[in-house]
Parts: sequence; C-alpha cells; structure tokens
Amino acid sequence: MRLEPIANPSLARSLGFPALAICVTVLVASGLAAIAGGNPLQTLGLIVQGAAGSKFALLETLNRATPLIFTGLAIAVAFRAKLWNIGAEAQLYGGAIVTVILGTSALSNFGGAALPLIALGAMLAGAVVLLVPVMLKTRYGVDEVVTTLLLNFIMLLLVSYLLEGPMKDPMGMGWPKSAPLDKDLRLPRIVAGLRLHWGFGLALISAALIWFLQTRTTLGYEMRAVGFNPQAARFAGIPLNRVLVKTALLSGGLAALAGFSEVAGLKGHLSLDLSPGFGYTGIIVAMLALLHPLGVVISAIFVAGIFVGADSMSRAAQVPTYIADMLLATALLLMVLAIGLTKYRMVRG
Amino acid sequence: MNALFDILLTASFWAAAVRIASPLIFATMGELICERAGVLNLGIEGIMVIGAFSGWMAVYLGMGLWGGVFVAMLAGMLFGLLHATLTVPFGLSQHVVGLGITLLATSTSYFAYRLILPEVTSPPKIEPFQAVEVPYLVDIPLLGPALFAQTALTYAAFAVVALTVLILYRTPLGLAIRAAGESPNAVAAQGLSVTRLRMGAVIVGSGLMAVGGAFLTLSAFSSFFFEMVNGRGWICIALVVFGAWRPGKALLGALLFAGFDALQIRLQQTPIGQAVPYQVFLMAPYFLSILALILMSRRAQVPSALMVPFNKGER
Amino acid sequence: MTSISSGAQDIVLRLDRITKRFGALTANDAISLDLRRGEVIALLGENGAGKTTLMNILFGQYTADEGSVQVFGKPLPPGNPRAALAAGLGMVHQHFTLADNLTVLENIQLGTVPLWRFSLKGTAARAKLARLMNDFGLRVDPDALVGSLTVGERQRVEILKALYRDARILILDEPTAVLTPQESEALFDTLRRAVKAGLSVIFISHKLHEVTALSSRVLVLRHGRLVGEVATRDTDRHALAELMVGAEVTLPSVAPGLPGPALLTLRDVTTRSMGAAPGLKSVSLALRAGQITGLAGVSGNGQSALSDLISGLLTPETGALELDFAAAAWSPRAAVAAGIARIPEDRHKTGTIADFSLTENAILETYAQAPFSRNGLMNWRAAEDHTRKLIDTYDVRCPGPSGPIRQLSGGNMQKLILGRVLELGPKIVLANQPVRGLDIGAITYVHGRLLAARDAGAAVLLISEDLDEIMGLSDVIHVMSEGRLSPEFRRGALTAAELGLWMAGQGFSDAA
Repeated sequence: MRLEPIANPSLARSLGFPALAICVTVLVASGLAAIAGGNPLQTLGLIVQGAAGSKFALLETLNRATPLIFTGLAIAVAFRAKLWNIGAEAQLYGGAIVTVILGTSALSNFGGAALPLIALGAMLAGAVVLLVPVMLKTRYGVDEVVTTLLLNFIMLLLVSYLLEGPMKDPMGMGWPKSAPLDKDLRLPRIVAGLRLHWGFGLALISAALIWFLQTRTTLGYEMRAVGFNPQAARFAGIPLNRVLVKTALLSGGLAALAGFSEVAGLKGHLSLDLSPGFGYTGIIVAMLALLHPLGVVISAIFVAGIFVGADSMSRAAQVPTYIADMLLATALLLMVLAIGLTKYRMVRG
Repeated sequence: MNALFDILLTASFWAAAVRIASPLIFATMGELICERAGVLNLGIEGIMVIGAFSGWMAVYLGMGLWGGVFVAMLAGMLFGLLHATLTVPFGLSQHVVGLGITLLATSTSYFAYRLILPEVTSPPKIEPFQAVEVPYLVDIPLLGPALFAQTALTYAAFAVVALTVLILYRTPLGLAIRAAGESPNAVAAQGLSVTRLRMGAVIVGSGLMAVGGAFLTLSAFSSFFFEMVNGRGWICIALVVFGAWRPGKALLGALLFAGFDALQIRLQQTPIGQAVPYQVFLMAPYFLSILALILMSRRAQVPSALMVPFNKGER
Repeated sequence: MTSISSGAQDIVLRLDRITKRFGALTANDAISLDLRRGEVIALLGENGAGKTTLMNILFGQYTADEGSVQVFGKPLPPGNPRAALAAGLGMVHQHFTLADNLTVLENIQLGTVPLWRFSLKGTAARAKLARLMNDFGLRVDPDALVGSLTVGERQRVEILKALYRDARILILDEPTAVLTPQESEALFDTLRRAVKAGLSVIFISHKLHEVTALSSRVLVLRHGRLVGEVATRDTDRHALAELMVGAEVTLPSVAPGLPGPALLTLRDVTTRSMGAAPGLKSVSLALRAGQITGLAGVSGNGQSALSDLISGLLTPETGALELDFAAAAWSPRAAVAAGIARIPEDRHKTGTIADFSLTENAILETYAQAPFSRNGLMNWRAAEDHTRKLIDTYDVRCPGPSGPIRQLSGGNMQKLILGRVLELGPKIVLANQPVRGLDIGAITYVHGRLLAARDAGAAVLLISEDLDEIMGLSDVIHVMSEGRLSPEFRRGALTAAELGLWMAGQGFSDAA
C-alpha cells in the first residue's frame, strides 16, 4: 500500500470525504449516546434542540461561538503560515488581563474611544504573549509547539496569582475574581434586550478582514507562501522571520480579542474559568474550516452549537456533557483524514 | 542558603525527587521511542490522562494494581494505534493528529468517569502501590531511602530505561528503529517495513506513556481527578529534546527536573518561600522546560526523518 | 564472452512483459528482458524513461499491473522487498539508502538479522565484511559513522551491503552520477571482479561511454518502452544515442560569446560547510558579460554553496562578493535587485510553490513591486496579465494562469521559471542544473534561452554534473572539488579526461 497524489481531485472527492467525516461523527455520537444508556436519536435531537431549538438557544450558541471565532481565526492565520500556535489559551488570558486593567482604570473619560483603545491594548498583550515563543523559534530554533503549550500553564498560574493578589476584587467575597469593568466600558448589546453583544459583530468583521488580508494583500500572499513552502519562499526573497513575527502579532492579537470580548461583552470581570479551553477548541474550529477565515465563522457556530446543545441535553438525559468534547475530537481527526484522502489515494503497490 | 542545604541533605527530598520523576521517566521513554522511529507523538498528554483514568478504574473495579497497570497500557496502546494509523500509513500532520488524540483521550476519560460515577463530588480512593524496601541497599545513607524504598512501579520505570537502552542499541530491532527515524529509505531498501516499525514504536511508546499516567493514580495520588496530568506530557516532550534523544540523558533530565520540582515544593514551606506567591513555584517546572529547550536547541541531534512521513517509492 | 544464443539454464533473471501505470501515464509498457550468469547488461534511457520504476518493481517497492519476474527460474512474489533480497537481488540505489546516524557495520547489518533476535552477532558480521572488502577491493572503516564518509565511500558501503547479503545479481542505478571519472574506473574494476566471481550485473545509466565500456548487451528504454536490444560490440555511441532519444541527435554547434567586463566577482571567498556538503574554500571567480561560465564537478563538492552565495542565501565568511554596483545587505531580495536571474537546482522544492497557481508562482520574486503590489495591496489582474505574457513568450503548455502549478510537467515548470527571471532582463544568470530531468525538447529550449541571454550581454554561470553539457555550452570552464575552484580554462583547452582529474581533486595547489 502506498499513497498516490491526486493532481486534480474531483469535486465529488473534495466534498464527499469531508461529508463522510461528518456522517461518521454523527454515527459515533449515536454510539456514545447508546453506551451512556440514552436513546441515540433522542440524544441527538436534544443536542440540536438545545443548540438551535429556540431564540434563546440560538443566541446562547452565537454567544458561545464568539470567542471561538476569534481563537479559530487566530489559529487559522497561524497554521496557514505553518506557525504552530497552540497557545491561544494563554493569549486569550493575556488579552483578558489587559482588558480588566484598562477597563477598571480612568479610561472611561475617553468616551467613545475607550473601548477601541482597550481592544487594542488587549491585542497588544496577546501579541506579546505569542511573540516570546516565536522569537525563541526564530532566534534559537526552539520548536514553538511545546513552548506555546507550556505558556498556557504559566499564564493560567499568572492569572491565579493576579486574582488572589493585585487584581483581587475587594467586594468579591473571597472568590478569586477581578473587580468588574466600568459600566460604560462594556460591549453593548447588538439588539437591545437580546443577550448577544457586539463581540459577535466584531468577530464577524475580523473574519472578513482576515479573508481580505489573506487573498488581497501583499502580507497575506507572503504568509501563504511561507506556509506552503518556506524553502521556496526564502529563495524568492520573502523575509521568513519577519513574516512569522507579523503572523504571530496578528494571531496573538486575534486570540486576545476572545479574552477582550468575553470580559467586556459577557462576564464583565476576569476569573479563572473565563475560558473552558477556547484556545484549544480554536484548533478544532480552524481545522474543520480548512483554515478558511469565513469557514471559521460557520465551524465556530457549529462547534459552539454542539457544546451548548450537549450542555442542555445532559441536563435532560443521562449522557455526560463531555460527549461534546469527544465528538469534536473525533470530528477533528476524521476531518484531517478526509482532507488527506482528497489529496491522496491509497493504491496497492 | 542554610534552608536549601537542609533540604538537600534530607533523604525524604531525594525520595520525593525519584517519586516525582517516575511518571516522567515512563512517558519520556515512550515519547523517545516514538521520535527515534520518526514520529512526534503530541498525543502524550491525553494518553497519560487515559492511562491515569483507566488504570485507576480497573483497580477501582477490583482488577488489582498490576491489572490496573496492564489496562492502562492497553488503553494507551489503543490510542497509539489510532495515532499511528493516521500518521504513518496515511502520513497526516503529526501536529494536528497528536493534538486531536490528546483531546480525544482526555474527553474519553472524563466522559467515562462521569458515566461510571455520575454523582460523585469527591473522587473515591483506591489502595495504591506500597513502598518496597530493598534489603541492605536501603541502609545506604541518603541514597538508600531515596532509591531503594520506592514502589514497585518506580523500580519498573528504571527497568524500562535499561530495557530501552538495551533494545535500541544492542538488538536488530533497535537498529531498525533508529534507522527508521533517520533514513526510512535505508530501512525499506533492506526489505523491512518502515510502516510496521513506526507503527510498532508509536503503539509501544504510547503504552509506556499511559503507564506513566497510571503511576499518578496507582502510586502517587490514589484517586483520579480532572486535570491531574497538568502538562506533564508536554514536559516529557521537552525532556526528550533535553536528553538529545538518548535514553540515558533523558533519564538524567527527568531526575534533574523532578529534583527541582521537589525542591520548589519544600522551598514553599521555608520563610523565604512563603514571602513569594506559591504560583511562582508552580510555574517553575514549565519555565525550566522552556529553558531546557533553549539550552539544547543549538546542539540537539534531531532524528533526520522526525515528522517526515514515508511513502514507498517516493524520494 | 557469453553469446546471445547460450542456453536457457544460464538465465538468472527474466522479466516478462512488465507493465506499470500511474494514472494515465504508462511508466513501463510490457518490458521483457533476460539476464545471464556472469553478464553485464546496460539499461539505457533518458530521465523519465521508466528505468527506476522498473527497478522498483523488481525490488518489490511497486507491484506491476501486469507481467511477472523470475529469479533463478523461480517466480518472484510481487510487492515483497524481502523476497527480492532473499532471491539474491542486490540493488545499489542512485540516492543512497544509508542512515547517517549508524556506523558502516550497522548499516550493513540492518535487516540481515531477524528483528526479534536479542543480539546483533557483531563478530561474525565483522569477519564476513572484512573478507568481502578484500575480495572486491572495497576499503572502508566498518566503525565509521556513515554521516562522516565521502560520497565515494558511501557508494562502497552500498555495494558491500548487497554483497553481504550474498546477492548474485547486482543492479546499479546511475552509479557514476556522483563519482569522478577516476572513481568510476575503480567501480568498474570492482564490477569486473564481481562478474568474474559469477555475479550478473544490470547497469542503469544515461551515459553512453560508460555503457559501451562495461556491458555486453545494451537495452534501451524510451517512454516506458523497450525500443532496442543490441550487442555492445555491434553498436556505437551515436547509434545508441539515437535509440535513446528516438531522433537524430545533432550536438549543438555553439558560436563563442563576446566576453565583456566582469559583472560579478568573488575574491577569496570562504563559506561555512553545511553538514556533509563542503563550503567554499577561498574561491575567486569572475563572471563576464556575454559569456557562459561552466562549472563542472561531482555533485556535493561545493556547488550548492556557490549557488547559495550568488542566490543571496549565503554570505561570505571571509572574502568578498563584488557587483558592479554596491548592494545593501546580501540577501535573496538583494540578489534579485542586483539583476541576478536565479534558476534553482530543485524546481519543485525551491523554484516553485506547488500549492500556488501559475500566477502566484510567476510573481514570487517581484510580488512586492508595482504593478503587482501597491500600498500593501495585491493587483491580481496585473499579475495575471504578466503571467499570460510569460506563458505565451516562453511557450509554457498549461490550462491557464490560474491553474495550480503542480499539474505542469517538469519542462513547462522550468519554462515558467525561465520566464520569471529572464523577463526582468538580467545582467547575470545563475543556472543550477537547469535541464536535469527534462526531455530532449525542453533541454534544447532551455539551452537556447541561456545562449540568447548570453548574446544579449548577460554573464551566465552554468552549474552541471553533465560534462557533455558543460563542454558543449560554456565559453570558459571551472571545476569544483571539495569546495575549491580550479583556474579558468577556455573551451576545448582540456579533454574530458583532464577535466575528470580536476574533478577528482588533482591539480589543485593544496592537493596531496
């Protein structure tokens, strides 16, 4: 057995395998539900209903999708340039910390400019968090996978320290959380009365901007060239390290916006459970979207729907909510396989 | 300064260092075997979780401690098989597949745990491995209690290192594994199957990672709780680099690392230590790992074919 | 000498109507051949004629779609490398199959002891190896790491590997591509000894003089078909060349160029070595306008370093690279700005980006300049117009500018690269192995373009392993060996044999 590259895959092949991957994932879901003693169809139904069965559910899903769009974009941008940023979680918290620092300061005096300033500050923090491992990569050749992963743990401990020390909310009754943001410095609701904040709008705009960047700008061309073939890019005169650093700034900044939007749009303060692994889930979101920035929006909503749906389902049925994580991990692996099979076929001899 | 010396001169400190090192040794050897064959296994973190969970569950369900180790290894090998199938014959991205395996193994553990114990808030305990003193040797001052009053699983960790060295450097199989990570074409030209060698290495290596995870529940903490592996897998990947892909040096790295870890735990109790936030101490292992990577980055001898998929007939 | 009519019991290897298809391409089309005991046959063919595929089938790396193989009268199970080795086939691959991190002895033992034994049996292996080295005149230190060996030594290890497994049939795939003429002579000597000892040899090559020197029969492959089988004594090089390319071969008659001033000068340049590949050792070189400077040498002797240096990928450790105007910090981009047209050695890995379209590849070096880029935004329409022009001017056969470049044949890919760099009106052209792996039509085209660039006043540096190409095109010739550069020779001043001595490192002032 060996793999033979397919020069010009047919449309059926390019769509068929990913579709098959999704079907198999659904089958796995039914299997898991059955193992847990639930009725597969009913369980799936409950998940769909919990994710999109009502206006409330749908808004909840979109709310949950918001940080995932940001982290998904962060990872799509980085992976496209073959920068293995597994540290979106750390960058998210970097953004959240700065959001709280600026959001509890006297910045509200700046009026309408305050929120954009906070967002910029947060992006800068996320960029710096990713810049450290990227500099280690360009300077010393240290693999960024492990360093970005390890930074996630360091960052979480830093947050823990801040919440028990300098940033502790004096009115927090002992809970490790920060003081709340100034009321004027919250992201407003998109439609008054509905629980969907402008973070979602910002996420959509970001996705469109990233798409424009990748297809229409010189930097986007450079990033794709470096990602597809660094050797040829270097030969052609594309400055590899500079492109990697720019990619890192962008990727870290996007992940940080997830922290900004969660704090300023949803929670209003910083706590240790701000992110239930949005940084890691962003990898799944980006891979399911085949790294396409507009695809990230769709896959983030899909992934968020599974989480929200599984939460609501597990309250009704006896199936643990971790079924969502299992499903998504399965979907990720199957999707990678499906993409592989659109480019290669297995042949005998 | 005196406090530091006091710590370094107690046998319990050295014993703790060896105990902390044990799970790292298992998992580092597992990762090293995978990488020597040419496959980066980022599934390590999740495979340690599934090892910790399944080993503990087996004992909890009454299979006995060694039964638990066996079940953990089997579970690890199963995820190893999945990793190997996707990365070796299909040649898919080892980065993405590895992370996917970590997510899958972790969520599977949590899912199964909640399935078996839906309502429990404090995780039930099992009777873990007890320390076994080696007669006479245990009486050596300082070294004796540190090395020869450990649990059977710790002794097994050291045996695994010896076995890894022996197999890698003294047997035809080890020769083939080392060649597979350096020049798969050389292996194929001699009529050996690169695919089988690499898959075998990933499966066995993953089994060892899972035993490393099982050490946490069966020898160290006696119960399973979420996030107990806590980045140990990633640290092991750094240790493989630090050990320049050699089992002996990697063992040394694991012991050194565990020594620092044991030290920081004890330093926290000293007056100086209490003046510093405890999070700083907890960060130390991760910073140390990054430091190790920076130090070794220049002289590391990476297996040439690491992360390079092999496809028959392609050059 | 064995005659063609000798008995069938002498046949050690028989291929019967072997056919192999890759998609639409038929790489091997019903190929049959017989090999007799104690015989050397040559398998001749251009790159892409199907030689390597045939050997991969023989060794079980591929399975044939049709046809069968018999070794010593027994059918060989398809797709099983172990069976091929066990049947007595030994292969010396063109790209060595050695692990750098293992010793010579370990490389040779790899796969010879069953995997599940607990010992490597080092002593017995060592003794057998010593005996083989003696019998066949192949000296190499068994405990040396293969990573530290020279190319010639590595090839000896490859041959020893086959002999160690008691191979009765040796197959050598382009074995002289990496050897100096003198090293090749030593190899032929070893092969003659092997034949005397009763082994049979298949010698794969595209070099006519080697083929006629060694073999008793020549089989010619073209486009996957066996197009001729002749006894060596009944033929000559010219006839073989015709068979190989399928057309009357006329060696191009190249008018000499009119040399102008030096456009690029290297003064005493030394560069760091990169792993096994040597760096440059105080190399001085002047590339003159209006002439082709040929660089001969066995691959891996510093040509990559020289090419990287001129491409801007490498900077001199000591010494200086001088252009006719001052360049800023030396980099690939500075090289392009200095008017250097760079045709890289590996067009798939370095020259193009497989996932990019023709358009995206066509502007790789100029993407950041107007009209393709303005204020950080790409102008894809301008880029596509430019690519269309290149496709027309340089005769690139392709579906269109927006298709992926991976669908192009090697020749068309090379034409696009030529267009990309020559369209800028370069002052200097660096052509590193520009025709490797191309068919005869594309070769003629590329050579024509290089000559045209020369006649337009560019200084051309042609790096090639193929002495015939160097001697046919160059106005002046240098030879590289272990990072050192020979003096400049006018075309025709030295014979191929004399150049060969330089390639082997003789004649250099510091030579032993």
